[in-house]
Amino acid sequence: MEDLLEIGGKKFKSRLLVGTGKYETPELMLGAIKESGAEVVTVALRRINIEGQQRTILDYLSELNVTILPNTAACYTADEAIRTAMLAREMGLSNMIKLEVIGDKKTLFPDNEALIEAAKVLVKEGFIVLPYTTDDPVVAKKLEDIGCAAVMPLGAPIGSGLGIRNPYNIKIILETVKVPVIVDAGVGTASDAAIAMELGASGVLMNTGIAAAKNPVKMARAMKLAVEAGRLAYLAGRMPKRLYATASSPLTDLIE
Amino acid sequence: MRVIINGKEREIPENTNIPALIRLLNIKTPYLAIELNREIAKKSAWDNIFLKEGDKIEIVTFVGGG
Repeated sequence: MEDLLEIGGKKFKSRLLVGTGKYETPELMLGAIKESGAEVVTVALRRINIEGQQRTILDYLSELNVTILPNTAACYTADEAIRTAMLAREMGLSNMIKLEVIGDKKTLFPDNEALIEAAKVLVKEGFIVLPYTTDDPVVAKKLEDIGCAAVMPLGAPIGSGLGIRNPYNIKIILETVKVPVIVDAGVGTASDAAIAMELGASGVLMNTGIAAAKNPVKMARAMKLAVEAGRLAYLAGRMPKRLYATASSPLTDLIE
Repeated sequence: MRVIINGKEREIPENTNIPALIRLLNIKTPYLAIELNREIAKKSAWDNIFLKEGDKIEIVTFVGGG
């Protein structure tokens, strides 16, 4: 049986979801996304630049066969996030929303109270809601109960590259909810992505980890392989950890 | 008449509907969503939405983001 990621009724082969921010050029972004194999790609909503260059990111992304996942980045209240989500849906490409309600400028940690409030409204409005949350199992459960299609706990602050700082909480969230758990934010290098997947995460969402690498296209491939390797290791089931050695070679029939 | 588009005041002709506004602003991309006085202006209704003096219009699109 094929091992697919299912979110809100949509099925994906790739468990790596990628962002489109911070690339030096659109061409570099396209190269990295292609190499990552990602099928879900996040974008942000902003005022159009009337005076300037008007080729939008979608004019570039339209050459790829990807699902667009708009975000509500930089929203600090439930109302702003809801308004942004409504506008994003009006673009006519997707009813999925990566719901972010930020509570603090320095850490970009979510305001979970406002997040839950916004999620309730958007689920009722028929959105497939993917909330970006702290690694708090209680909040994750509330988001699932509301009807979110997945929960997306952070590994570390957005853009920090600090990796999976609390693997135990991610593990508890995985035991607490039935919806897909996508580790979103904090992944800095391939091993971080592999750790998230080895814990049993359904997927990993990243942007800066690829875009801010010296060679984003190479890092995109590294992340693709790491997500696949981590997933396989999870499905394979790792050996138990032991404090002392157990020999791999026979201890009998030794030469004398 | 004067309207506010993306936070900036602009002079536009009377009897401008949304498709005319888009042409006037020389916006080429089809990837747009529009709010008129904080209400979403549905694409299917654009032809019938004529702007009035003092209207506040937000024209948004997608940009790179994580």
